[in-house]
Amino acid sequence: MHPTVFSRSLLAASVLALAGSAATQVQADPKVLKVIPYADLKIVDPIWTTATITTHHGFMIYDTLIAQDENFQVQPQMLEGWKASDDKMTWTFTLRDGLKFHDGAPVRSADCIASIKRWAERDLGGQLLISRTESLEAVDDKTFVLKLNKPFGQVLETLGKISSNILFIMPERIASTSSAEQIKETIGSGPYRFVREEWVPGSKAVYAKFEDYVPRSEPPSMLAGGKVVKVDRVEWYYVPNKSTAMAALNAGEYDFYEAPSIDLLPMVQSNPNITVKVLNPVGLQVAMRPNTVIPPFDNVKARQALQYIVDQSEYMTAMVGNPDFWRACPSLFWCDSPVMTSAGGGERLLTKDLDKAKALLAESGYKGEKVVLMDPTDHPTHAAALLTAANLRKIGMNVEVQAMDWATLTSRRKSKNPADEGGWNVFHTRFGGDASSNPITHLGTNTGCDKAWFGWPCDAEAEKLKEAWVDELDDAKRKDVLDRYHTRLMEVAPFTPVGQYAIPSAYSNKLEGVLRTPTMVLWNISKKE
Amino acid sequence: MLTYVIRRLISTIPVLVVVALFVFLLLHLGPGDPAAIIAGDFATPEHIAQIRAKLGLDRPLHVQFFEWAGRLVQGDLGVSIFSNVPVATLIHQRLEPTLTMTVTTILFAVAVAIPSGVIAAWRRGRLADRVVMVLAVTGFSLPVFVLGYVLIYLLSIKAGMFPVQGYVPLKEGVWACLRSLALPSMSLGLVLVALIARMTRASMVEVLNQDYIRTARAKGLAPSPILIIHALKNAGIPIVTTVGLAVAVLIGGVVVTESVFAIPGIGRLTVEAILQKDYPVIQGVILVFSFVYVLVNLLIDMSYGLFDPRIRYDG
Repeated sequence: MHPTVFSRSLLAASVLALAGSAATQVQADPKVLKVIPYADLKIVDPIWTTATITTHHGFMIYDTLIAQDENFQVQPQMLEGWKASDDKMTWTFTLRDGLKFHDGAPVRSADCIASIKRWAERDLGGQLLISRTESLEAVDDKTFVLKLNKPFGQVLETLGKISSNILFIMPERIASTSSAEQIKETIGSGPYRFVREEWVPGSKAVYAKFEDYVPRSEPPSMLAGGKVVKVDRVEWYYVPNKSTAMAALNAGEYDFYEAPSIDLLPMVQSNPNITVKVLNPVGLQVAMRPNTVIPPFDNVKARQALQYIVDQSEYMTAMVGNPDFWRACPSLFWCDSPVMTSAGGGERLLTKDLDKAKALLAESGYKGEKVVLMDPTDHPTHAAALLTAANLRKIGMNVEVQAMDWATLTSRRKSKNPADEGGWNVFHTRFGGDASSNPITHLGTNTGCDKAWFGWPCDAEAEKLKEAWVDELDDAKRKDVLDRYHTRLMEVAPFTPVGQYAIPSAYSNKLEGVLRTPTMVLWNISKKE
Repeated sequence: MLTYVIRRLISTIPVLVVVALFVFLLLHLGPGDPAAIIAGDFATPEHIAQIRAKLGLDRPLHVQFFEWAGRLVQGDLGVSIFSNVPVATLIHQRLEPTLTMTVTTILFAVAVAIPSGVIAAWRRGRLADRVVMVLAVTGFSLPVFVLGYVLIYLLSIKAGMFPVQGYVPLKEGVWACLRSLALPSMSLGLVLVALIARMTRASMVEVLNQDYIRTARAKGLAPSPILIIHALKNAGIPIVTTVGLAVAVLIGGVVVTESVFAIPGIGRLTVEAILQKDYPVIQGVILVFSFVYVLVNLLIDMSYGLFDPRIRYDG
């Protein structure tokens, strides 16, 4: 045979042999849910890290004492209920019957107390709660009591908070690990158990139904209600290339894609077998964060100038595009949340006024010093960085855009040095809408100086108003305090929001019972054959 | 021969020491802090500092290096600072996809490229030669990710012949595994086909001009024995060198192909570790594959004797 003919025949034969019965390539096991999460699971300790993917993992294998329903109201989850004294200084919590960890041990008060203590070392809300705690003690295996030394109007909301770090309950021996160290065991009492031997960090994570889990009898509502597992197994596969992930979803190789690229949605929107829907009732707040410890943004007038260079629709169009998924918001808190307020002139966050910005910059005494803007080219805020650079130049700032990857940015943002000695002046980030819905957990509004988030804004008056909001037990008065707090924050300008958006999920129409939640949860979902 | 092999293996030790030192310094002196990445976007500076201290990243560089080197001498590559999983386990998990993809890609490339190169040399200057060389240049110029997407579109989405992405382990069936590797191997193999076909053609053209080939023709030998027994064997050394280097590159990881087809191989492990500054993983992977690279080169050198009996390694 002629060699070329031979090689062609060989190739064709190989291709055909491999294809074989390939036309029926899609495996659809109704008891296995195949999911593409937004990132790969590398860390399994939801207290050690605030990474959202680890929070997703946390909700798979752990349970929470208290959960929030779709109206953001707290509901008992592992708890049978709670009782507060008339002065709300003593809280008694009772666990419900039948709670077990994945190793078969019963969930006890001691496990809850150890978990609360470890969580409170990390979480801002937890730290505040513990700082006002006189004692936290077990009465018996099912009952424990929290005694406060100072009023705290957010006890239940804090224990049942929906943003990282979540108070997940672990066995006492695991929760005794230092919070600066990652736990070594992955045993919870949640609806799924982690199949650790099948875990391939960076690629695959597997969860099996926990047969002994006892769900609540109420219907599911956001993170509250019955967590009924209707599949035997959930497999997470990290697919780094978004086009490939979309094509695989289209071909039926996966059931659920948590966060597809909005640009690529047209690939599946014409597919009648795929649903595209925003499942997260709170999305992401995009923020421009100045460094308040070095010039020029150590001057409050220069920071206020930033509030006038932003047209949020411009930013959101550049970052997100499709207006179905974003909105402009005149608040430093999450719009649509109970704490949303525009008091103190929030409307100025919506449209540009470059003349006003120039005037404020002149008042700040800015003399053309170099401003270093960190631009993470591998992060969704890249477009926002470029827009801000252009807007700052329009008001006469001498901007140097320094391109870097996000990992480098997260390292460099820790520096308080001058910008030309490894420091920085401004960067963009995204705050979770859940955390931005509460003054205690919003990192951007914390003005606690060295204890504040990177940028280190410092304002004692704002912190006092926040404390007053926490202390206040009367709803009407709390609203008034909140408005005063927001007004003060608008003056201090610890950050400038440039819009908020939500990322839709895409999933097979074979799935029923997909819940709307601020984090990816996979209970209540069944899969049709 | 044995003395030669042992001497070559011993000579890898200083290479590995230099690689280890270089990689360690490069990683630790470069920007990026794994503690900040571990803590997450919403962590406080205080929390990050605590994690740094717990991981020992705040200690002097030489202390960290000697601690790592000490464990290395005992055969311990360390533990990922993110997942707490031993580096050896992480490499082991990723080895099968990488090795199977390497084997299928090389088999595909060799099966197509060597006959093509031989024919191009045999028909030098004619249509077959031109066609092979145009295809080789095209294959060489086409980025792997473009070809990957085209193959996914045509053979997976339109024809439904192969899965779009993913890797099926060998234990779930050889055919299922090969089907999952068909598209990545084809898209990756095309570049190698181009490279090996050009190398084969060039070597064969040189050999076909030799006197002994002319003698074989004059004796009335048929073209096939001349090409395969006399010419191809003598043109083998540069071809084997090219194939061997391709094997080393493929085992070292092909990031783009692994990303496009979601193959959980060594390449992705390395890049993800670099992006997250997972020092033990990066150091372990680079060290292991430096050794593999040296080993593959040794095997290539040793194979020369098969093609040319005049080459001997007597120590």
